Amino acid sequence: MTEKLVVEDLYKIFGPKPERAMELLRQGYDKNEIFARTGNTVGVREASFSVQEGEVFVIMGLSGSGKSTMVRMLNRLIEPSYGHVYLDGQDITQMSQSELIAMRRQDMSMVFQSFALLPHKTVAENAAFGLDVSGHSAAEQREKALRALEAVGLAPNADSYPDELSGGMKQRVGLARALATDPTILLMDEAFSALDPLIRTEMQDELLRLQQEHSRTVVFISHDLDEAMRIGDRIAIMEGGSVVQIGTPEEIVSNPANEYVRSFFYGVDVSQVYSAGDIADRRRVTVIQRPGMDLRSALGRIQNYAGDIGVIIDRNRRFQGLVSAESLTRAIRQSPGGDYPDAFLEGVRTVAADTSISDVLGMAAESEYPLVVVDEEGRYSGTISQSTLLLTLDRTQQA
Amino acid sequence: MQEEGSEQQALGPLDQLRSWVNEQVLERITIGDWIESLVDWISANLEPLLVGIEATIRALVDVTEAALLYPLWITAVFVILGAWLKLGRKAGGIALVAAAAVFSLGFFSEAAKALLWFSPPWMLALLVVVAGLWRVGWRFALFAAVAVGLIFSMELWPETIRTLSLVVASSIAALIIGLPIGVAMSRSNRVEMVVRPILDLMQTMPPFVYLIPAAIFFGLGTVPGAIATLIFAMPPAVRLTNLGIRQVSQEHVEAGQAFGCTPRQLLFKIQLPLAAPSIMQGINQTIMLALSMVVIASMIGAGGLGATVLTGIQRLQVGLGFEGGLAVVFLAILLDRISQSFGQRRRGQGSGWGLLQWFFRGRQAGDKSAA
Ligand SMILES: Nc1ncnc2c1ncn2[C@@H]1O[C@H](COP(=O)(O)OP(=O)(O)OP(=O)(O)O)[C@@H](O)[C@H]1O
Ligand SMILES: [Mg+2]
Repeated sequence: MTEKLVVEDLYKIFGPKPERAMELLRQGYDKNEIFARTGNTVGVREASFSVQEGEVFVIMGLSGSGKSTMVRMLNRLIEPSYGHVYLDGQDITQMSQSELIAMRRQDMSMVFQSFALLPHKTVAENAAFGLDVSGHSAAEQREKALRALEAVGLAPNADSYPDELSGGMKQRVGLARALATDPTILLMDEAFSALDPLIRTEMQDELLRLQQEHSRTVVFISHDLDEAMRIGDRIAIMEGGSVVQIGTPEEIVSNPANEYVRSFFYGVDVSQVYSAGDIADRRRVTVIQRPGMDLRSALGRIQNYAGDIGVIIDRNRRFQGLVSAESLTRAIRQSPGGDYPDAFLEGVRTVAADTSISDVLGMAAESEYPLVVVDEEGRYSGTISQSTLLLTLDRTQQA
Repeated sequence: MQEEGSEQQALGPLDQLRSWVNEQVLERITIGDWIESLVDWISANLEPLLVGIEATIRALVDVTEAALLYPLWITAVFVILGAWLKLGRKAGGIALVAAAAVFSLGFFSEAAKALLWFSPPWMLALLVVVAGLWRVGWRFALFAAVAVGLIFSMELWPETIRTLSLVVASSIAALIIGLPIGVAMSRSNRVEMVVRPILDLMQTMPPFVYLIPAAIFFGLGTVPGAIATLIFAMPPAVRLTNLGIRQVSQEHVEAGQAFGCTPRQLLFKIQLPLAAPSIMQGINQTIMLALSMVVIASMIGAGGLGATVLTGIQRLQVGLGFEGGLAVVFLAILLDRISQSFGQRRRGQGSGWGLLQWFFRGRQAGDKSAA
C-alpha cells in the first residue's frame, strides 16, 4: 500500500489576520475563546493523517467540526492557512493556479451533498462536465459520459434533464460526473446525506461495488456513524476542528479515544461493526494432519488440553474438520488404524472471517458445534461458540 | 455643569459659527454651477469622444431601423445562426444556401424583389404575429394581429417602427454596456459598492434631467434621445445580472471549480447559464424602461410615437394624443410578452429557458443524430 494523500499539520483559520488566532492556538486556547477574542473561526487545526491508495477514508464528526473545510482543503477549494497536503508526494499547497487546475481536472473529482447538477444540461452533458471543461471533443465527451452513466446504471436516462430524476438518480449523475474524468481520488462531502435511508444504503452499496470493480482512493465525509462503519476502511473523527482519532471501525468502537468519540456509539449496533474474524477464539487444540500421526495421539492431545473438541488442519493451516474425544474414541473402536475423516463431526459449519456478527448470530444459534472461522484461502483462524458470542456482545455493550 | 453655563455665553459664538459656515462652506458649494461648468468643459474638450459616441449610436439606430424595415434579412441571419449553433455546421451551410437561393429570386422577378429585398411595412407586422404565436400562444397571436391592425388603421405604423427601432437600439447598447458591468459587480464587492449608488442615482433621477445634457452634447434629434434612453434603461440589466450571478449556489460554483474550471469557464459554463432567468428578467425590464423613456425623448426631437403624443398635447387634439398613447400601450404589451417569453421556463419544452439557454445548450442534438 502506498500513501496517496498525506496531510501534514494542516490549519484553516477563517477571517482576517489568522496569525493572531494562530498565536492563541499555540497558547492552548480553544475555538470558542479564539472567536470571542479575535473574531476568527478555527475551521481545522493541526490535522495530520495519510490516506492509502485504494482505501475508503471516512471523515466523521458533528456539524461544524470542520469536515467540509478539511475536504475542501484537499483540492484547495478552500486555501489552507498553514500546513501541507501531498498528493503522490507533490505538495498541493505550493501549486500554481494552472497546476492546480490541471490537478483538479486529472486527479481529483468531487461529489456534492445537494448534487450541484446543471439544470439546463442533459444527464449526459452533466456527466461530461469535467471532460468539457478540460477540452475533450464532443464525441469523446459523450462516449466517456455514457460509459460513466452505464457504471452507475443510468445509461437509459442519458438524454433526460436533471429535474426529471429522483434524488437518488441525481446523485448517481453526480457520481457519474465524478467518475467520467477517471480520477484517482474521489472527494465526497456528505454525498448521500440528502437521500432517504433506503436509497442511501443502496448508494453506499453502489459505491462499494464500484470500489470493487476499480478501486479508487475515496475521502468520504459523513456525520453518520452507521454509514462510516459500513463503507469506511478507516475513519477519522473530528471534533472542533481537530482530528481526535483515526482507525479502523473496529479499533474506534473497541477503543474510543474520548467521551466525544464514544458518544457516537449510543444506539449503534455493534454486531454490524465486528466481523467473525475479530472475535474468533484461537485457543482450541489444533492437530496437524500428517502421515504417521494416528487417531490415538490426537485423542491424547485433546485430553491433555482438557478440551473436548479439536481442530484438524493440514500443513498449510487449511481447515479439514472438527473432532471430539467421543468421535475419536468411536472411530478407534471401529478401526484402530483409521484416518481422521472417519472421526470428523458432521454438520460443522464454516464462516468467512469477514462475515458480520449479526449474520454469525443466527448460524451460531442453529449449529450444534462451534462455528469454524476461515480466511479467504480456507485457512483456519479460530472458532466461535455461543458462549464467545455472548461474552463479546456483553463486553461491547459496556464499552 | 460647566457646559450649561457656557451654553448661554455660547449664543454669540454659535451665531458667529453659523454665519461662518454660511459664508465659507455653504455658499461655496454650488452644485448646479459645477455641473454646468463640467458640461461646458466636456463639450469644449472632449469633442472627438462625443463625435465617436454620436457616430456609434447613430449607426446602431440606423442599422436597427433598416433591420425592422426590411425584417426578412435579419430573420434569415437568425435562422442561419440558429441552424448552425443547434444542428451543426452542415445544417448552417444548408440554411445559408437555402436563404441565398430564396433571396436570389429577387433577380428574376420584380415582385419577389419588392417582397424579399424591400419588404412592405406589413412584413414586420406579420413577423410580430408569428413570433407571438411561436413564443406565447394563439390567443396572444390573435391579440397581436388586432393590435397591429389597429395601429395600421390609425396610420401610426411608421411612427411605431421608429419608436421600436429606438427602443431596440438603445436596449442593445444598454445591454452591451450593462451586462459586463453587472458581471464585474458580481465578482467584486468593491465594484459593487461603487456601482450600486450610481445605479440608484440613475434610477431615481427624473428622466427629463437626462435630456438636458444629452441635448447639449449631441444637439436635438435621434441620437441624444437614444443616449438618454440607454442611460435611463440600463440599471435593471446591471442589477439583475449582478443579483443572478450572486444567487448561484455555492455548491454549483464549487462544482465548477472542483472539476477544474478556469475563472472564465466558471462564468460561462456555470454562473451565466444559472443566472440566465434573472438576467432575462433584467433585459425585459430594460426594454420596458427604454420604451417609456423613448416617449419622453421625443421632447428633444427623437420622433416616433412620442412625437405624436406631444403634438396632441401641444395642439390640444385629444384624439391624436389618445391614438399615440394607445399605440405605445400596444407596443409595450407586445414587447413585454415576447421578450419575457425568452426568460421563462416553458412547460412541455424540456427545460428550455429561452433564447440564452437555447444558445448555451450547444449542439447536443446534432451529436445525437450524427452518432
Ligand atoms: N467561509 C467561512 N467563513 C467563516 N467561517 C467558516 C466558513 N466556512 C466554515 N466556517 C466555520 O468553520 C467551522 C467548520 O465548518 P465546516 O463547514 O467545515 O463544518 P462541517 O463539519 O462540514 O459541518 P456540517 O456537518 O454542518 O457541514 C464552522 O464553525 C463554520 O462556522
Ligand atoms: Mg459540511
